[in-house]
Amino acid sequence: MNVVVCVKLVPDPDSAGQLDATTHRLRRDLAEPVLDPGDEFGVEAALRLVEAHGGEVRVVSMGPERALEAVRKALAMGAARGVLVTDDGLGGSDALTTAKVLAAAIGREPFDVVITATESTDGYTGIVPQALAELLGVPAVTFATGVASDGTALTVSRQTEGGSETILAGLPCVVSVTAGVNEPRYPSLRGIMGAKSKPLDRWTPADLGLVEVVGAAAGQTVVSVTTAEERKAGEVVTDEGDGAHRIVLLLASMRVI
Amino acid sequence: MALGSVWVFADLSQGRVTTGTLELLTKARSLGARTVEAVCFGPEAVDAVAELGRYGATTLHLSQDPAFAELLFGGPAADTLAALVVEHRPDLILFAATHAGRDVAGRLAARLDVPVIANGLDVEAGDAITVTTAIFGATQVVRTEFGARRPALALFRPKSFPAAAAPGAVIPVVVEVPAVIRECHRRARVVDRSNEVAAGPKLEDAEVVVSGGRGIQEAGNFELLREVAELLHGAVGASRAVVDAGWVPYSLQVGQTGKTVKPTVYVACGISGAMQHTVGMRGAQKIVAINKDPQAPIFKLADLGIVGDALTVLRQLRDELRSRPG
Repeated sequence: MNVVVCVKLVPDPDSAGQLDATTHRLRRDLAEPVLDPGDEFGVEAALRLVEAHGGEVRVVSMGPERALEAVRKALAMGAARGVLVTDDGLGGSDALTTAKVLAAAIGREPFDVVITATESTDGYTGIVPQALAELLGVPAVTFATGVASDGTALTVSRQTEGGSETILAGLPCVVSVTAGVNEPRYPSLRGIMGAKSKPLDRWTPADLGLVEVVGAAAGQTVVSVTTAEERKAGEVVTDEGDGAHRIVLLLASMRVI
Repeated sequence: MALGSVWVFADLSQGRVTTGTLELLTKARSLGARTVEAVCFGPEAVDAVAELGRYGATTLHLSQDPAFAELLFGGPAADTLAALVVEHRPDLILFAATHAGRDVAGRLAARLDVPVIANGLDVEAGDAITVTTAIFGATQVVRTEFGARRPALALFRPKSFPAAAAPGAVIPVVVEVPAVIRECHRRARVVDRSNEVAAGPKLEDAEVVVSGGRGIQEAGNFELLREVAELLHGAVGASRAVVDAGWVPYSLQVGQTGKTVKPTVYVACGISGAMQHTVGMRGAQKIVAINKDPQAPIFKLADLGIVGDALTVLRQLRDELRSRPG
């Protein structure tokens, strides 16, 4: 089973993000970039499929040169090889452009399953997996909370607004996984050392035959970025046994009791 | 440039039109469009006709093909919608940012090669169509203008707009459309489905939400939150951390990847206040936070912050609420 996993380098989600005031793009200089924590679940799901059914895991990413770090981490976890599509012209890409680039990179070789997170931690549009599946001409089994396979099809449990459902999906298909779908492994020391000798390619959109894909120039333009009105912090008190009573007073003042 | 048709992709949940859909119709009516129309797919779609009309849809493009329930929904729905778009050429299609809304909008954008904006909070239509989104845990507000390609697609977080019925009831013109399903979508079938039945008010409609995070310590302690929520006629919510840990189902999750709530009072118990969570609850009228860590970011948002053990405070709160007269 040949599994592709999409990963993204994002600013550390524990630090506050910011857009550049003039370019309206993500300031990548402020926070230490990391492999999107959501993607670790995708890498783990991919590795488990291959461990059970053979084949290999290929990692695909789009981003600046530094995104090689995200690909390397996936390689250290156990993926066989990786590719980064990188080009200055891709900066500020919207969800559809991202999907086009990923689809072009993935479609260069046959695949059985493409695994992504449900959304990136920084952009969180949550529509790249679906757009990617459309471009690849396959179903998108999104919001997966469990992935199992007999080697010829996938059985995926997924979230819905009202509860859950189980999908039996033939191959090939795209699966987007939620955090919690599995317990991602830590890269072992051997994995980290081994990752350095694994194949890691760097492609440009032109290498993929994409001539008209230009990140920020796609069908939408940011016209302004402003700081949202802050909520003002109120009273913070240490509980001296009267904390619950203070809450009751607030509830009463809001007439909900 | 006058706006032609605005379409709303109607979400159904257990045969009922979702509140998010009604919010979108309400907003669509205010945009000065030539027509406001709705699209609804699924075996129960006919149940939605009256409600969609009450909220201002003058035409409803509807398919009751059982395949929409038997197959994974997103692919067939996007294919069917794409065929309608090519035929009718709406200028703007609004989607609720639900699982189904994202599945359909994401595919449709790629299929038609048209731009899509996710996480919308507001939309204006003047010389251009402009969508407002909030990023980085709603600390910054971005306005994005669509280019000339149509239709423009936009997804909105539930609770972005109030829902109000249209003045004067309309029975929409119902146009039955054939389901369009490519072969690849026939190989992703639903083999099981379950809906959760919750007691008390729905999380997104509750006046009071009592939410728990890691500080609740273990799954069993959510019973205490349920007791307090019940005494307040409210609903229980949760942070992503405890949902991912399997303590409570996803349907309770509040935040970026969960529900958006705007209750009168939100009580955050043992929740640190990561941006992923606060984006879903910062619209509450009053926020109460209980957390052991005085540095927890949740206290920056709280109207009342209690530094202490969430379980201890909740037990006392339960007891005091029980002892209140009537």
